Amino acid sequence: MPLQNATGDYQTKSTLETFGFLPPMSQEEIYDQIAYILAQGWTPAIEHVHPSQSTDVYWTMWKLPFFGQQELEDVVSELEACHRSYPDHHVRLLGYDSYTQSQGACFVVFQGRI
Amino acid sequence: MSVKKYDAGVKEYRDMYWTPDYVPLDTDLLACFKCTGQPGVPREEVAAAVAAESSTGTWSTVWSELLTDLEYYKGRAYRIEDVPGDNESFYAFIAYPIDLFEEGSVVNVLTSLVGNVFGFKALRHLRLEDIRFPIAYIKTCGGPPAGIQLERDRLGKYGRPMLGATIKPKLGLSAKNYGRAVYECLRGGLDMTKDDENVNSQPFMRWRDRFEFVGEAIQKAEQETGERKGHYLNVTAPDPEQMYERAEFAKEVGSPIIMHDFLTGGFTANTGLAKWCRKNGMLLHIHRAMHAVIDRHPKHGIHFRVLAKCLRLSGGDHLHTGTVVGKLEGDRQSTLGFVDQLRESFVPEDRSRGVFFDQDWGSMPGVMAVASGGIHVWHMPALVTIFGDDSMLQFGGGTQGHPWGNAAGAAANRVALEASVKARNQGREIEKEARDILTEAARHSPELAIAMETWKEIKFEFDTVDKLDVG
Repeated sequence: MPLQNATGDYQTKSTLETFGFLPPMSQEEIYDQIAYILAQGWTPAIEHVHPSQSTDVYWTMWKLPFFGQQELEDVVSELEACHRSYPDHHVRLLGYDSYTQSQGACFVVFQGRI
Repeated sequence: MSVKKYDAGVKEYRDMYWTPDYVPLDTDLLACFKCTGQPGVPREEVAAAVAAESSTGTWSTVWSELLTDLEYYKGRAYRIEDVPGDNESFYAFIAYPIDLFEEGSVVNVLTSLVGNVFGFKALRHLRLEDIRFPIAYIKTCGGPPAGIQLERDRLGKYGRPMLGATIKPKLGLSAKNYGRAVYECLRGGLDMTKDDENVNSQPFMRWRDRFEFVGEAIQKAEQETGERKGHYLNVTAPDPEQMYERAEFAKEVGSPIIMHDFLTGGFTANTGLAKWCRKNGMLLHIHRAMHAVIDRHPKHGIHFRVLAKCLRLSGGDHLHTGTVVGKLEGDRQSTLGFVDQLRESFVPEDRSRGVFFDQDWGSMPGVMAVASGGIHVWHMPALVTIFGDDSMLQFGGGTQGHPWGNAAGAAANRVALEASVKARNQGREIEKEARDILTEAARHSPELAIAMETWKEIKFEFDTVDKLDVG
């Protein structure tokens, strides 16, 4: 067992909350998470922000939350459309849970360039 | 015109307090006691005695009883049930009229229900198993200062349990060294760290100095990681004045959360502190030192589900519940039973989880369940399954015992947590597939790989002392 991390001292990572410690998800893995949001009965929604403002509570909404949305493909195309329009921005997917009045899911799908 | 006459002397309790035909009212407070009487005392007399001694009764009739309407105020034993697998004890169900209790005071409820009656000579043992609080009473209580939903919104953390750690060694560090341990955990990926319950304001580290250095650690970790961080500054103090003084300073140094020990500190202090937190926009983490003294014996004391309900009413945003899988006692079904009481807005009767009554919590905010004690990365998939997202998973030794230090230990836990949540969302059975899920995640995380190697052999497999009653 190495006694220390071989690359030097232990660096602090700047991260973007849930799933921030995992490697970027494949397209397939992102589909799975969208499917989970839809299966829970939550409303998918997309938000984006410039990386310099990532700690703000409110990010810009990409359209309204997709109420009643059942099609996984439609959510994927909205995510991609948002990313195309704002290639430098962080883009996150959330699932609004109207029962708890909270978000059952929220994670960054595309990371912007700083 | 009154028809009763004063008849001095000692009556059998059951003449007045055993009322098997009684149908409880929606506004009644209901209690289930597990009673073990002295040999030869009939069950009905024991149940009636418990009802009497925990409400209006005293051992001898007194003339002044006739000045009021005791039929209105008395507690009533209305049902007796066998305890499965136990010939010696039985359950007594008792209904108390709501007007026996001061509004918004779990102190008053407990003083009545678990007061003198527990020392009553006709009983060998007595255990309060469950209380059904009527919604009318719940509406008089303040409850959690923030609740789960508001805590998530303040911290911007969704879709996963939160991660914490109790700072170790729990006693003896200087304030500056302690703050270093906090900073290392937070920068590595934990959401929160915690004062050990034993840490109040000892000679080696006075509270004010600890708060200052910890405040610095929180600010720096937040700036560097871009995530919200916190440390439960323990404001449990010798007296309420000092408790509030510490709470004010915790707010001043920028911690979003403080901590209190609700049993050793007491319910009056706890309820007051919860009010202060609500007024000041602070979260309140609740530790439960002394609980096992009260709740561990299967035939005497108070079951933890009752203490948990009382805490939700008194106020707290987090409460320790045991881990099921770690070093401290806790049966899985029973733990799930009181975790529901903390978080849900309605919990139906479910004897398989030790829940004796339907409990309607109305709009009272929920309390996060805290799992802490002897847990490490290998437990992560099981913990995510057992506790779900609305929980705080705390790895003390399991973070700071990492060979590369606190920050790497924190990262290992965060990777294990996120890998478990991701796999759960993908529909995988993460408890069964724990080894595969963690091994896959460790391919991208040397911190996790080392943690898995360090703790691979550690298990805590002892039988539970306080089991649920089953035949």
